[in-house]
Amino acid sequence: MAGTAVRGRLTWQVATVAAVRPETAAVRTIEFEIPGWAGHQAGQHVDIRLTADDGYVAERSYSIASAPGEPLQLTVERLENGEVSPYLTEELRPGDEIEIRGPIGRYFIWDGDDASTPLLLVAGGSGVVPFRSMLRHRARIGSNVPVRLLYSAKTLPDVIYRTELDMAGDGADVVYTLTRKQPPGWAGHSGRVDAALLTEVAWPADRQALAFVCGPTAFVEIVAGELVSLGYPPDRIKTERYGGVGAP
Amino acid sequence: MTDRHFGPDDLYGPDDSALDGNAIAGLLHEVFGTEMTTAQTTCAHCGNTALIAEAIAYVRAPGTVIRCRTCTSVLAVVVRKQEMNCVDLSGLTALNAG
Repeated sequence: MAGTAVRGRLTWQVATVAAVRPETAAVRTIEFEIPGWAGHQAGQHVDIRLTADDGYVAERSYSIASAPGEPLQLTVERLENGEVSPYLTEELRPGDEIEIRGPIGRYFIWDGDDASTPLLLVAGGSGVVPFRSMLRHRARIGSNVPVRLLYSAKTLPDVIYRTELDMAGDGADVVYTLTRKQPPGWAGHSGRVDAALLTEVAWPADRQALAFVCGPTAFVEIVAGELVSLGYPPDRIKTERYGGVGAP
Repeated sequence: MTDRHFGPDDLYGPDDSALDGNAIAGLLHEVFGTEMTTAQTTCAHCGNTALIAEAIAYVRAPGTVIRCRTCTSVLAVVVRKQEMNCVDLSGLTALNAG
């Protein structure tokens, strides 16, 4: 924490839903208005707390989807048996209030200060959310750090932020692999992220890139392991796991 | 990060409820009063040093359990009862905030 002000205790704040936008059939992006929001870094997350009428409390963590300096946005995927995500993706409306605390985390962040280190971002499913924040941050600060995003999704309609990612441009390459179903004439990659695909897409180890991997636990384990095999030092691979959600 | 959910995962291997220290950053901040994902831990069992963000975290156990990614020994347990957190750090020989 050297050089930064020590923030006080993490406190729950009331956030008002400002806007809701569908991303895919199961995914929505929710923008919040939070008076006095301290701002965040790309890659950080927040905790959300929902309290039922009977006092039952459910808390979940969600990555921040917007860039530093933009209003807080969360992108949430609805899970069939989820306790919280169906409410966030189906019930929440502009004007509704929920409790949020954050921003949280200093490990899985990219601040853009290092202009010479290429970035490798590997996403499984909604693991792409923190990378959208990083890519937007990169664009906003005019960074020309070369970045490659390898994004594994089940099908093309499951790809979140597709229009935005397809326009990333300017030194930002986005590579998709579709694991379940490919549209007719699909020219991209098919199948899961494996050694062969990483060898093709990842920066060679001698570029001393910084890698971020985010997705379901098993996905992250496989990708991080393969990157080590390709010569990436473990301390250059930052990982964030979100459990056993259906394979991307 | 999405809602925690544990179901079959047929393409990337078996289901796994293991998360990592990032997932409990809010809880740890609440307990220690400061950001802890970049705090360094030393495992009392194997001596491995690692950042909390890199440790294994189970959030659906009775309480939150943090385990060493090298030897899987329990590093710490946090159990919340209403507004009180009960913290067991006996699996650590060192904990240095980042």
